[in-house]
Parts: sequence; C-alpha cells; structure tokens
Amino acid sequence: QMTSLNVNGKQVTVDVEDDMPLLWVLRDELGLTGTKYACGVAACGACTVLIDGKPVRSCVMPASALEGRKITTIEALSADGQSHPVQKAWVQLQVPQCGFCQSGMIMAAAALLDQNKQPTNADIDAAMTNVCRCGTYARVREAIHLAARLV
Amino acid sequence: MTQELMKSTLENSGRRDFLVKSAATSGALAIGFTLPGIGNAATGQDAAAEVTHWVVIQPDDTVVIRIARSELGQGSFTGLAQLVAEELQCDWSKVRPEYADVNMHIKRNRIFGSMSTGGSRSIRDSQDYIRKAGAAARQMLVAAAAREWGVPASECRAQDSVISHVSGRTTTYGKVAAAAATMEVPTDIVLKSPGEWKIAGTSPARFDIPAKTNGSQVYASDVRLPGMLYASVMRSPVFGSKLKGYDVSKVMGMRGVKQVVADEDWVAVVADNWWRANKALRTMPVEWEASEHDNVSSESIMQFLRTGIDATDVPVAREDGDVEAAFAGAAKVIEAEYHSGFLNHATMEPQNAAALYTDERLEVWCGTQNGETTAAAASETSGIPLENVIVHKMHAGGGFGRRVAHQDFTKQAVKIAMAVPGTLVRLQWSREEDMRQGRYRPVSLVKLRGALDKDGNWTAWHARQADQSIILTVRPNIIENGIDPINTRCFRDNPYAVPAFRNEYAMRNPHVPPGFCRAVAHTNNPFYRECFIDELAHAAGKDPYQFRRPLLQGTKDLPLLDAVADAIGWDKPAAAGIHRGIAVVDSYGSFTAAAVELSVDNGKEIDVKRVVVALDPGHVVHPDAVKAQMEGGVVWGLSFIMHEEITIKNGRVVQGNFTDYPVLSLAQTPQIETIIMPSGGFWGGVGEPPIGAVIPAIGNALFEATGERVRSMPLKKLGYRYKS
Repeated sequence: QMTSLNVNGKQVTVDVEDDMPLLWVLRDELGLTGTKYACGVAACGACTVLIDGKPVRSCVMPASALEGRKITTIEALSADGQSHPVQKAWVQLQVPQCGFCQSGMIMAAAALLDQNKQPTNADIDAAMTNVCRCGTYARVREAIHLAARLV
Repeated sequence: MTQELMKSTLENSGRRDFLVKSAATSGALAIGFTLPGIGNAATGQDAAAEVTHWVVIQPDDTVVIRIARSELGQGSFTGLAQLVAEELQCDWSKVRPEYADVNMHIKRNRIFGSMSTGGSRSIRDSQDYIRKAGAAARQMLVAAAAREWGVPASECRAQDSVISHVSGRTTTYGKVAAAAATMEVPTDIVLKSPGEWKIAGTSPARFDIPAKTNGSQVYASDVRLPGMLYASVMRSPVFGSKLKGYDVSKVMGMRGVKQVVADEDWVAVVADNWWRANKALRTMPVEWEASEHDNVSSESIMQFLRTGIDATDVPVAREDGDVEAAFAGAAKVIEAEYHSGFLNHATMEPQNAAALYTDERLEVWCGTQNGETTAAAASETSGIPLENVIVHKMHAGGGFGRRVAHQDFTKQAVKIAMAVPGTLVRLQWSREEDMRQGRYRPVSLVKLRGALDKDGNWTAWHARQADQSIILTVRPNIIENGIDPINTRCFRDNPYAVPAFRNEYAMRNPHVPPGFCRAVAHTNNPFYRECFIDELAHAAGKDPYQFRRPLLQGTKDLPLLDAVADAIGWDKPAAAGIHRGIAVVDSYGSFTAAAVELSVDNGKEIDVKRVVVALDPGHVVHPDAVKAQMEGGVVWGLSFIMHEEITIKNGRVVQGNFTDYPVLSLAQTPQIETIIMPSGGFWGGVGEPPIGAVIPAIGNALFEATGERVRSMPLKKLGYRYKS
C-alpha cells in the first residue's frame, strides 16, 4: 500500500501496511530514530511527534491516516537541532538524564508552548503526561517556564 | 598490526603496570560471568597520542578521556572525565570523553579496571586510579617538554593544557603528547586534596545532554545498517517453563517475515521491520510445557515468606546485648509486620541488543551497565573467542540495575544473529516482554519487635526478615550461613545505639527471577525500619525526630537528620492541615535523610507538598548531577511507595505495560528541595542513596495525617492515591 507522507517538510512515499503505526514508518522505514518506542500503547509519550502542530503519540497512529498532514519529528524541531526555545531551556537546565523519554517530552512541551505562551504549573501538569523513569519531572516543569521566557 | 608494533605496544603496556594494578584492586570480575584466559595483546589505537590508556591527546590539543563505566544519564561521562582532567590540569573546553574500548580492555588484561556501572560505584570505586591516571599523564607531558628544552621538570609547570618553563618558554599538551607517550609512567604521584580542585567539584554542562535534546543520541535501539533485520522475542511466561511448540506456517507468509528462531525457552520472529516481527510473534501459536510453578501466585508466595517468619531455626545476622532479657524487662513491647512485593526496573528503553555474527567475529551493540559482562555473555553464547568479540557500548535508556548482570537480552540477540550470519539483527523487546521478563526487586516480609522501658527509652529490638536473595543468583559464594549480606542491610548495619538487637534472616526464594533494582534492599528495608522506629516513638510518647537523636550521637547520620529537620521547620508547628514525616538512612557509603510535608484529603488522597532530601557522599564531583540524582531518587521513592507492584498469577507476571504498572507522573511530582552536605574524608555513592529515606518519611507523615500506620507497599492497594 503506497502512502504519501509529509515528514519534516519533505514529501516521502512509503510502501507499508495500512495498520502500520507512524512510529515504525519513521524509525524502521525512514530511519528517523529520534522518536522512541517505549510502550506501544500510547501510555508513555516517548513516541510523541507533531501532526499539524499538535502532539500525537505515533505508536498507535496508523501512517495511512496521515496523508496530507504535516508531520514534524524531533529531528526537525529546529533547523540546527539546538535553537528551539525548548531545546535551549533543556540544555540550560540540564534536564535529561538517560534521555530516552526526552524526544517525546520536548515535542509535547513545544506543542504546549505553541498553544499556551505562559503556562502555569497546573497547565504543565495537565499537558505533560509523558513518562520519565529517571525522574526529571521537576526540571521539565522548570524548563518549560524558562522556555516560555525564551520564546 | 605488524609484529614489531605489537611488541612495542606490549612493552608500553608493561610499563604501565602500576596503573593496571591499582585498577585491579577495585575488584573481581563482573558479577555473573568469568572471562576465560585473556592473553596480553596489542591495540589498534594510535599509540603515538596515547599518553596512557586513559588519556589520548591529539596534536590539536583535544584531550580524549576514556570512560570505563557506562553513561546511563547519571553523568558518568562528565564526572569521571572531571576527575581525570583535574589532575591532568588540561583545558576543560578541549576534553572529549569516549568509551574505553571493551575489546582493547580485554586484550590488554583488563587495563581499565572494573566496567561495572552499578551499586553507585562509578566514582567512588575508580576515583583513586583515574585521578592518578590524570596526574601520571600530566607528569609525563611535563617531563617530555622538559626533556625537549633540556631543563629540569621541576622548573616547569602545567596548567590549562599549557606547559611553561621559568624562562618563559611554553608549549602545549598536543605538541608534546607523542613524546610524552614514550616516557616512563611515574610512580611518585601525589593527588591534590579536594580543597584544591578547580574542575572537579564544579558543574560543567554534561557532555551527553545536547544529543538528547534533538534526537541525535544513538541508543542501541537506534542502531541501523542497510539490510538489517529486526526481531521480537517471547520467553516462557511462567519462569523456568520450556518451549513446547510453535506453528511457523501461520507467520512465514506474512509480509516481511524472514525467519523464526527458537531456543529452549523462547521463540523470536525476525522480519524486515520491528512492527512486522512483533505482529507476527503475537499471531504465531506458541505452546509452553506445563511447569511445577503454574499455580504460583502472589498469595502463595506470601504464604511461603510467612514460613520464614514462623520458622524456629533461622540464622542470626547480628546480635547485640541480651535481647530476651530486655524484652522480658520491657514496660511496653511493640510488634508489627511489614511487607512489599516485586518491582520492575521498567527502563524507558525496553531491553534490546543488536548483533552481527560471522564465523570468525561477533559484534554487539548494547546499552549495557557492564561492557565486560556483555562481551562474556556474547562469547559464551556464540563460542566466538573473547578477543574476536566487539562490544559497542551505547548510552543506555535507563539502567537501574537491569542491564548489569543478567544480559539475557544480549544472549538472545546473539543466538538470533547466529541464525542469520552476516546480517545485523536488532532484537527489541516489546514493553510487555520487558515487564514480564524482568529481574525483579524481590518480595519481602519482615516482623519487627521493639521494647521500651518505663521512661519510653528504646531498650531492644528484633528484626526477622523473610525474603528472596538476589545475590544467590549471581554470586552465591558471598552468602555465609544462609544470610544474604545485601538484603540484611539497613538492619544488620543499622546505626542506632540500642543496647540489645537481633537480626534474623530467613531466605525464601520463589521461582520469580530476582534482580538488583536501584537502591536494592534500600527500596524496602528503610521503609520497614524507619516507620517502625516512628511507631516506637509514638508508643513512647516522644517526638519521632527527638526519639532518634540520642541514639545517633556520634554517627554521620545525625547531621543529615538535623539538616532535614531544620529545613522542614520541625521545631515549629506545620500549617493547618499539613503533616510531616522524617527518616534517616545510610547506604552505598553515603548518608541521607528526608523530611516531607503532605496533606490528605478525604482520608485517602495524598498531596505531597514538599520533600526535603539531604545527602552526604563525602566528596562531590559534579554538584548539579548529584542534585539531579537526588531529584530522581525522590521520584523513585514516591513512585515505589504509591504505585509500583508486579504481581504473580498462574506462575506468571500479571502486569504488561505502563497502563497496569503505572509510575509517578509529572503532575504527582512535588516541590523537591535538595541539601548536598559533603563532609569529606570518604567517597560515597550518589545514584541510589537518595531513594531510601523518602519512602519512610512519606509513611510517617501519613500516620501523622490519618492515624493509620501503613505497613505495606504500594499504598494504592490500601486505597490511597496521589492528588494530581
């Protein structure tokens, strides 16, 4: 089944089953491995990407449903991989530990700030449902506030 | 490599023997494996720039510092490099850490010492020899410059990668590195005192962080080669059961499926895309042999533990004073039983490894906590000699003890790779496999008795433990008289000056495989001990903080307890509706305490407002990384006490994902205040210690709030939840 996708501003065509989730198209077919597999059931958010600017858990989203939509992965959050305010705040506050959840965490934070320029702690608590096993949550919260100031 | 080059490298490594020897004192071979006879051999590294095996300096002054331990997000790449750079006195901006090559390590007779990254040991076990390595390299660089200039080395000094002579001449490390590599390795090394540190003791930006913010960090999960294949595996869900049969015909026609590989107790599907491999695995009919464990449940395991509590003849791990007399003369005796279940590491990156096998050579990519155990497991599984096994250590997406000793995922990946020689195969466990094939923090049941005299003084106590031994599965030789030396920690080595104490230990091993999970016995024993002491304080009519103080006089624990009491404002009443708890624990060579404030709504909804945690690890190399470990430790403590439990039904794990094994969320994370108070004179661990005291501090605050004494974890089973 040929599916045409807009990934990080490029139009690509993949030949995959209708029910293959976007995550596996990104990782195994397109080689975009920054988006992580950690649960496969949309419970942890490690696979979060932006679809038309909204955070989506790609592990349960069939790629075939995304024709004509704009897909953005962590690799394209900023052109140079470091200049998005969320990325700057993450480095400044030294947020990641193992880092495996952080692609999804950063995409979710970027989407939050896109919708809400000055999120409160309560806004952050509600939006950031990604799991971090190392326990970087306190810094994530602080870094989102910092990123809001950097925007 | 030519014979001559090999010979000269061997001679070089001979001259470096003192470093090897100091490294070797740090301990035995990696847990669980022995590396068979390793001969001296040469390395393919550019010997010209290798000042010592730890320090390679390029002509452009780049300083490559080799890191033997794994980066799991705890900051080892930065902290260990700081210790070398401190003594090397190089320009920190020129430092680039890289993994010490496992194959080189093995061929050069374990030249990098231990590679184990567990037990909060990376810094405390290697700080002496890696600081000496930095100092040795500095002296060699200075000696090389002095020789070139024809002046005594004593007239030269080195700072920020520049060597200068009293005459005003200067050169750089990069210019003299090749000459330095030919110098004798000095043996007269005097290390700086920590008070003189300029690089260590500060918090430079961690090397591993930028790549973790843009998707460019390559974990083992992300290893790719053209034409590679992917595998998903299922091991017998009842631990120890064998594979009976499977129907290949149901999956071989499925798109992308290449092969089915089976072993005694697992079966894997190999495909051209992991989703296809996993889907086929789920589709394939698989049967397992009946097993004697098919009826085991959490309830039956609890009954098994109880036999340890009820037994009459149990080994004694520690006995002080006359316990029976003290209880006989007590004004009040308090008894309580505490319990907790299995826990899973649940690393964010599910277990995985990639392998490429040919008849002569095996390459493995793995997020491992010990490159040596990975190499040993790969060699043992494949029959490829160790010197032909190449292990590529990848930063791990969480370790917490899961990726140290067992290497079950490595063995499977190698077996699968052997079925498709010449092709890279990456084995990826599903989350469900990761949840159900863990190496779990064991179950335990503890009975505690305490005696108070008529004035409420604590005169005696007795701790009877019944639990499962982890060390039995990896280093049984260190068990003496049936007593697990790790599981008895916190009781056997407790710091309280109580006149009479007995610690008994009844080992009870169910069929569920145990493993070391971050803080190990300090995930549960502090909860039992420190909550029980709280019970004694209340029975004595005393303040729980003041009750502990006189019994800790002269210990390194007391200043920590005082620090958190002071920070939380223990001497002043809490605000209306706010309740406090406190606890103190030492572990992994460090000292910690925690104090918390929380409120409880509707009797069951816990709102943790503040957690204060204090740590004395002796010396601090990277304060911000230590703080991050403390913050993470608080999250682990709060997660364990409320949420986490693996339960067993029909011999197998019930839980399968974060949906039924929830962990703490961001919304449930309170304000965390850290107090780092290094007192010097010793080197303690950091990764694990912060967890222990948090758990009982929550339990004790909950008693203040509700009057209900919680004696088992997780609290969700008692109807509690966090406000979020």
